[in-house]
Amino acid sequence: MTLERWLVLSAVLFTIGLYGALTKRHAVAVLMAIEIMFGAVNIAALAMSRYVVPFALRANAADVEGVASLVLTGQVFAVFIITIAAAEVALGLALVIAIYRSRETVDVTRVNLMKR
Amino acid sequence: MTLRDLYLLSPEMAMAALASLVVLVDLVVPRTRVLATLAGVGLLVPAALSVLLWGEVGGEASGAVTALSGTLVVDEFSLFFKFLVLGIVGLLIPASVDYVGRFLRSPGEFYALVLFSATGMMLLASTTELVSIYISLELTSLPLAVLAAFLRDGRSSEAGLKFLLLSALSSAILLYGMVLVYGVTGSTRLEEIAQEVARVTAGGGPLFQGPVVLVGVALMVAGFGFKVASVPFQMWVPDVYEGAPTPVTAYLSVGSKAAGFAVLLRVFYVALQGEELRADWGGLFAVLSVASMTAGNLMAMLQGNIKRLLAYSTVAHAGYLLVGLAVVAGGGGAGEALLGPSGVLFYLGAYAASNLAAFFAIIVITNQVGSDQISAFAGMARRAPWLAAALALAMVSLIGIPPTAGFMGKLYLFNAAVQNGMAWLALAGVVNSVVSAYYYLRVVRSMYLLPAESDEPVRASAPMVAALAVPVLGVLLLGVLPNLLLEVAQSAVGTIQPPG
Repeated sequence: MTLERWLVLSAVLFTIGLYGALTKRHAVAVLMAIEIMFGAVNIAALAMSRYVVPFALRANAADVEGVASLVLTGQVFAVFIITIAAAEVALGLALVIAIYRSRETVDVTRVNLMKR
Repeated sequence: MTLRDLYLLSPEMAMAALASLVVLVDLVVPRTRVLATLAGVGLLVPAALSVLLWGEVGGEASGAVTALSGTLVVDEFSLFFKFLVLGIVGLLIPASVDYVGRFLRSPGEFYALVLFSATGMMLLASTTELVSIYISLELTSLPLAVLAAFLRDGRSSEAGLKFLLLSALSSAILLYGMVLVYGVTGSTRLEEIAQEVARVTAGGGPLFQGPVVLVGVALMVAGFGFKVASVPFQMWVPDVYEGAPTPVTAYLSVGSKAAGFAVLLRVFYVALQGEELRADWGGLFAVLSVASMTAGNLMAMLQGNIKRLLAYSTVAHAGYLLVGLAVVAGGGGAGEALLGPSGVLFYLGAYAASNLAAFFAIIVITNQVGSDQISAFAGMARRAPWLAAALALAMVSLIGIPPTAGFMGKLYLFNAAVQNGMAWLALAGVVNSVVSAYYYLRVVRSMYLLPAESDEPVRASAPMVAALAVPVLGVLLLGVLPNLLLEVAQSAVGTIQPPG
């Protein structure tokens, strides 16, 4: 596998997620589509981490210890994205339940009390 | 992490500790006034720590200290925004006491979430690394989503859900841009990205194959565009502003905008400073700027609800503020290019004062009359002369008429555009300001010229009067003596210049 293939995979997933987020009507489906986008970003971050020469190595090849920690940047990035995306979804589902209690629907095209 | 790092991070840590303390005290004494006093007085701790840090890096010393192996920086620029956020929260807490006591069920959580979000905003001004920028951004917006849904009625929950979904969507877009920039440059630190960009611009390497870096930058512009509410990423603004509790709307309109611009300035001015790259994103911001002010002002004219009107007004103001970022495309010298960011900082201060004054007056009036419609403000000049005067002054400042802070802010921003050879951008801003007078003055007309529905006076409580007096005086003071803030702003942007 080359970096390009991973990036293509990531771009395709990201586009699918974006399309879903903009067209889905069920609020939970929108959240799922956004999760796909986060997944795509994670794939890109991990691929970059695996293939791209870190900045520190370009600047100073002798600094091996510093490089070893920097190689993980993309992976650490992915870990943080996963964590925060989980928090976001937890909050999103709580709000979906709050909406359902008052409106008995979670269709985002019908959640429009303020457009009238 | 050393003790020194802890000291440099102490304002944020004190803020987070205060938020946790408010939640704990809420368990024992669940009374709004007690909790608001605790939160308000407690703010003095992070404020004092920020003053201590200012003594180290600000004014004469004029330096920058990095913490946590270079992921955070304490400099005049970040401290400027920390004081701005502290000021906003410090006014918001007394101003929201009545509203929270009357409409919201859990005051402790309300104040804690306000403080947690403020922690994120303060961190955001300090971060110099993409991963920390993302974390601080989420720390800012997740509490805001809960706050927007705090009323627990249909509209408020809807506002919260819309804010959360669009903020998550914009985060995903922003992250994709960040990852691409990281992939191209091999680093997530703004300073190292800047060095890499400089090396490649000088013809040093084959890294910028294809348009990857441009796509990355464009995606980051889109992601940040959501946060600062610029066109075409503004669709969440009106519904969220209308549905959210009014104090939260006030907080959203000034706090998250200030934090958004802090991080925009830091990322674009420090990291993405290649000659070609700068012209690209400067041009992009110029287009977004004109689109935001025009669309914001035109849509604001159609609104009958004061919160929706101010929502579109905030989109227009995002447009004016983006002028300060767009000027780099004009090709002025280094000195002229810095006029833009210092104008943004001054404008953010002026805008925060004007908008807070407007929202505080609106909170009192709408609570009393029970309606958000502009027609409900009829005859307010007789029912509440001081509130009406404060709201009218805020509107005049938002239009940009002297002698108010809004006028000075626009003067400096548009001057920056002219100095950088982008007079057309300044012209667009002036035309838009004239157009905006129509809807701002409609509110003033309603208050002063239309007959009142009843003669019952509208009264503000003591903490509200105190909270309202500060931004009103600020608007007048900055209008007459702009140098008080402008000199600080000019000195603060000196530290966000790229290395070398």
